[in-house]
Amino acid sequence: MTKETYAPGTHPSLPPPKNTVGVIYWLKENLFSSATNSIVTLVSIYLLYLALPSAINWLFIDATYVGTTRKDCAPGGACLAFIVERFNLFVYGFYPAELRWRVNLATLLLVVAGAAVLWDKIPARKQMLKFAMVYPFIGAWLLTGGFGLEPVSTHLFGGLMLTLIIGVTGIVFSLPLGILLALGRQSDLPIIKYFCVGFIEFIRGVPLITLLFVASTMLSYFLPPGTTFDLLMRVLIMVTLFASAYMAEVIRGGLQALPKGQLEAAESLGLNYGQAMRFIILPQALKISIPGIVNTFIGLYKDSTLVIVIGLLDPLGIGRASVADSAWLGLSTEVYLFVAVFFFISCFGMARYSLYLENKLNTGHKR
Amino acid sequence: MSETQSNATTDLCIEIRNMNKWYGDFHVLKNINLAVTRGEKIVICGPSGSGKSTMIRCINRLEEHQEGDIIVDGTELTNDLKNIDAVRREVGMVFQHFNLFPHLTVLENCTLAPIWVRKVPKAEAEATAMEFLERVKIPEQANKYPGQLSGGQQQRVAIARSLCMRPNIMLFDEPTSALDPEMIKEVLDTMVSLAEEGITMLCVTHEMGFAKKVADRVIFMDEGEIIESNTPHEFFDNPQHDRTKLFLSQILGH
Repeated sequence: MTKETYAPGTHPSLPPPKNTVGVIYWLKENLFSSATNSIVTLVSIYLLYLALPSAINWLFIDATYVGTTRKDCAPGGACLAFIVERFNLFVYGFYPAELRWRVNLATLLLVVAGAAVLWDKIPARKQMLKFAMVYPFIGAWLLTGGFGLEPVSTHLFGGLMLTLIIGVTGIVFSLPLGILLALGRQSDLPIIKYFCVGFIEFIRGVPLITLLFVASTMLSYFLPPGTTFDLLMRVLIMVTLFASAYMAEVIRGGLQALPKGQLEAAESLGLNYGQAMRFIILPQALKISIPGIVNTFIGLYKDSTLVIVIGLLDPLGIGRASVADSAWLGLSTEVYLFVAVFFFISCFGMARYSLYLENKLNTGHKR
Repeated sequence: MSETQSNATTDLCIEIRNMNKWYGDFHVLKNINLAVTRGEKIVICGPSGSGKSTMIRCINRLEEHQEGDIIVDGTELTNDLKNIDAVRREVGMVFQHFNLFPHLTVLENCTLAPIWVRKVPKAEAEATAMEFLERVKIPEQANKYPGQLSGGQQQRVAIARSLCMRPNIMLFDEPTSALDPEMIKEVLDTMVSLAEEGITMLCVTHEMGFAKKVADRVIFMDEGEIIESNTPHEFFDNPQHDRTKLFLSQILGH
């Protein structure tokens, strides 16, 4: 290959060689780069060839979407008619049918509030964020009623709606609580420090199921007699406290990863503790902690299925109850697949959002 | 203090009296006495571990001293947070590793403290910041992030960031030690021009050329003590102590 020669100091930047770009190069580099790699690729393709057609047949082509009993379903395919028939139960639980518009409206407003918080290019973000701040109250009002709306007992809540309530409440409140606990743990004041350490270690040392049982049974012993305390409310508090302890430790990791010089620089500029935390330390520490924070969120979201043990029916609970229906026997595959897909979509969404956030906050270099 | 400094008309800017500091059992600073007059440039040198950095970090209370008094611009450093904040507002500091805020742009690095500590309106803070960025010759980098700049540029931003608070005193803690040789000069030039404007400067550095050029006084520290304090001319040409002679022979000898 002939090379052009250049006088010293005049060598221009040239494009990379032709055979290192393009689809063929990518395939060669990633799928067939060595003998082992090629074999693995071919075996994988063969396995997909075996599995995919029958799976697609079962799930889509031979599946039955309409029907009122098990007998309406074609034998070789998935009986999705069941899911379709019970769809409202899966989504709303036992929420009264004529009031479900309130759940829909609350969800719609949740999307609006969520967009304002998660996406900084939204128009009129300041007003939107103010709305997001009051949304928890609006949402709670729409769902439980009162103040002019017909009250709905939280016993009737269930399904995806229940998962979303527990997940979103836990996520929204455990993050600030976790930040406070993490900062408190580093405090110079012994009372604050040991309270935070004790709280974190206690909550982390007890299984969530135990805490949920405490919430459902024992809390009424501790509270003054006669106080009724909504079961869902107790669950929300317990789930939030549980997640916040984990959150605190994740954030502490982020705080400790910051070079000491950042706080020193902030202090030497005259920023007080609150300003240094707000403008310098927390933005960086939280950014470092994003993978761990989202990890905790996803864990919390999936842990919401544990409320089944104290009698609240989340999608999994409704699925279990539905499987026992005599008109629809033997459909556990379809039901659990549906529940799995729902959880996967939510959790995968959170994971992708965390990647987007990490990229957006990347300012080139670590320091 | 040295008699030449202590006449009554002299305006004392920093006064350190019988100051002692320990890390656990380790006695890092031993009976430090130092008076700095307004506008004075002091270079502090000494072997590593001699307590130079610790001493200047005591001046803005990044380190706490256990005995003795430190009075900065008439404010005594005690546990009173108000005093500490007051001193930090008037004292700028430049670090060995720059310590720029990587998540903020250069301009935001420079305006954050003026806006939130001095309560300067944003537009005014930005104008001031641009002025100082021009002074350190990097106004075109204002909207970049620190990670996109070279070490020398980052250190100049750090100097500008401190100057934006319009401090009376500047502390430099080995500002060129983490830089490539090519970049040391641009930072030293900035510091020389700053010195010429009459700001009070305390600078921990091993750049003896800089010391000869701008220092009014050179202080030599070893094992937590101030061994010698003299004009650069006397210090380099006529060192009094053996320890100083040894140090000078080691750093000038290559």
